[in-house]
Amino acid sequence: MIRSEILKEIAPILRDQLVVCNIGIPSQELHAIDDQPTNFYMLGTMGLASSIGLGLALSQPKPVIVIDGDGSILTNMGTLPTIANNVADNYILMIIDNGSYGSTGDQPTYTGKRTSLAKVAEACGCENVVECQDVDTGEVLQKALDSGKMHIIVVKCDSGNAKMPVITMDPVVIRHRFMEAVKA
Amino acid sequence: MDIDKKICDDLIANDVSFVTTVPCKQLAGVIEHIETREEIFHIPSNKEDEGMGLCAGAWMGGKRPAIIMQNTALGVTINTLATLTQFYRMPLPMIISYRGELREPVACQVEMAVHTKALLAQLHIPTYHFHWQKDVEEFDNILKYTFMCNKPVAILTDANFWGGYGDQ
Repeated sequence: MIRSEILKEIAPILRDQLVVCNIGIPSQELHAIDDQPTNFYMLGTMGLASSIGLGLALSQPKPVIVIDGDGSILTNMGTLPTIANNVADNYILMIIDNGSYGSTGDQPTYTGKRTSLAKVAEACGCENVVECQDVDTGEVLQKALDSGKMHIIVVKCDSGNAKMPVITMDPVVIRHRFMEAVKA
Repeated sequence: MDIDKKICDDLIANDVSFVTTVPCKQLAGVIEHIETREEIFHIPSNKEDEGMGLCAGAWMGGKRPAIIMQNTALGVTINTLATLTQFYRMPLPMIISYRGELREPVACQVEMAVHTKALLAQLHIPTYHFHWQKDVEEFDNILKYTFMCNKPVAILTDANFWGGYGDQ
């Protein structure tokens, strides 16, 4: 499965949750599949989805799901020790690991080679690190939500993008409606 | 005047309750103070752009954030300031140790100091420079201004403000 197929499958689980979605094609795919005010789309700033989500989870009680990518985690690797040492049980970091920089033309990342993000997360001190296959994403995500414990999920899947339109919504509108959804 | 305490008191009085830090020798006292105040959740970050991401999330979660960092890190935060903090119009007080200014003992620090104000000006970030201890009196107003206009605002605090480097 490629990322957009996974997002389509888990959309019913994501719909009622606060979601912080990674820059580029992941946000475009989520926006096209199931746009919700509870989705925060990153239009720039590669690497910071996990950090934005952690700040959000530590500041309010609702569950927060971050949809991140292997390339973005690699660019902000320092996020994993921060996550491990500041446990927020309403925080789920879901790394869609397709071993490639999807938004820039599917150039390979090191996670498709020798680097295991699950092992890195564990070495950083993260608990409840689960690596799963694309087809099991929904089940693993639902289980993590039900557990009420912080989780790091590494979803191994195929490289590839769906052709979706660019998000033209103004960033202040995205942010404002998201903040209203957080408060609701 | 205890400037570390004054900075913490002003943060708390302005309802700033989420502070991320990347340390600097000059900022050690204020970071230590923040750690002792239960009104503030202190989360150290590994890099300043990561810290700005944490602050963006905290603000959307209903908390007023601040970042404490060194000016030498300004370069690694330019993209984040432009495409996250400014693009989504978010407030962020940046309490910055202004290394490489008067009374600086390390020559390399000057290399970023000469670019600091130019970079902030290029980004149109309102910038205040604390050189004398009495300048801290403005801090309360700067915080109010930051959360009024929803912008990143820089407070550069140099070695003279912190009282020099002691025996270095």
